[in-house]
Amino acid sequence: METVSADPSATIALRSTRCALGAPVEIERPESSEAPFEVPEPDVPWVTLVHNDPVNLMSYVAYVFETYFGYSKGKAKQLMLDVHHKGRAVVSSGSREEMERDVQAMHGYGLWATLTQDR
Amino acid sequence: MAGHFEPLPGGGAAAPLDEVEISILRSLAVQLMELIGPGEEPAEGDDPLAALFTEGPSEPPSDPALARLFPDAYGGPDQVPDDATHAAAAEFRRYTENDLRTRKREDALAVVRALDALGPVGGRDGSGGTGGPGGTDGTEGAVDGAVLRLKPDESRQWLGALNDLRLAIGTRLEVTDEDESGELLRLPDSDPRKPMVMAYLWLGGLQESLIETLTA
Repeated sequence: METVSADPSATIALRSTRCALGAPVEIERPESSEAPFEVPEPDVPWVTLVHNDPVNLMSYVAYVFETYFGYSKGKAKQLMLDVHHKGRAVVSSGSREEMERDVQAMHGYGLWATLTQDR
Repeated sequence: MAGHFEPLPGGGAAAPLDEVEISILRSLAVQLMELIGPGEEPAEGDDPLAALFTEGPSEPPSDPALARLFPDAYGGPDQVPDDATHAAAAEFRRYTENDLRTRKREDALAVVRALDALGPVGGRDGSGGTGGPGGTDGTEGAVDGAVLRLKPDESRQWLGALNDLRLAIGTRLEVTDEDESGELLRLPDSDPRKPMVMAYLWLGGLQESLIETLTA
């Protein structure tokens, strides 16, 4: 199974460094020495996975996909069936921040969701 | 038809509930609030700004029902979490779990309030149960029960609370897959799990009918 192999906190560190634009303090950054680190590629998308669970009603799961993501009835139902039969389904993809938002929303609805980098 | 929601014209939903149903629902919703607990809120009297900076827990709850309500955001059933996954899950939890607890508690509280607003019991003794912004006015009705009326916003809160209740009870009953429900249905009356199973199945019917009113 794929795992989040690169240190996820690295992306957060990267983001805040970028935010500090315009203040060129003397940060010693030997760029070359960073190369060996496995920095996640910015354009590798993250995905939100919803996992099957024995309690949530099928109609409820489809309702959540329709309501939160704005998917059509047909797409929401297909995703729900994928979760049900395959054990999980990718329900959205995008930046890490966006996927964290989606996972948080899914947890709000009581669905079992995780995010991972799609590689 | 008891224990089922019907759509109301113009939005919202209504369900007739008898006294026993009202009392079971209320008791379960209160138990859910107690289970969810206050989380890590700052003590009263503290600087309100401190609430903005209060961090939540980083480890999943040890109670299985709570762990199901507040799952890890990184990892998942088919992954052995490595250190990085664990660290990411812990960080996510620190910044989100308190909000999630608050929301789930509020949903359960909305259920309790709506049920309390129903009751002819005790009447208007200044408890302020009725006529709140929730707007549930379900006092018509019989000695035996009443008709619960939910506005669309309340319907969504009820939907969340009913689902959380089923998650908590389902975890307690160790429901493991769809077939198990069939097995649970056939439990003998003498089984100590029987009352909880009946409540679980009844809540499922209630939730299902509420979803129908929202998707019709």
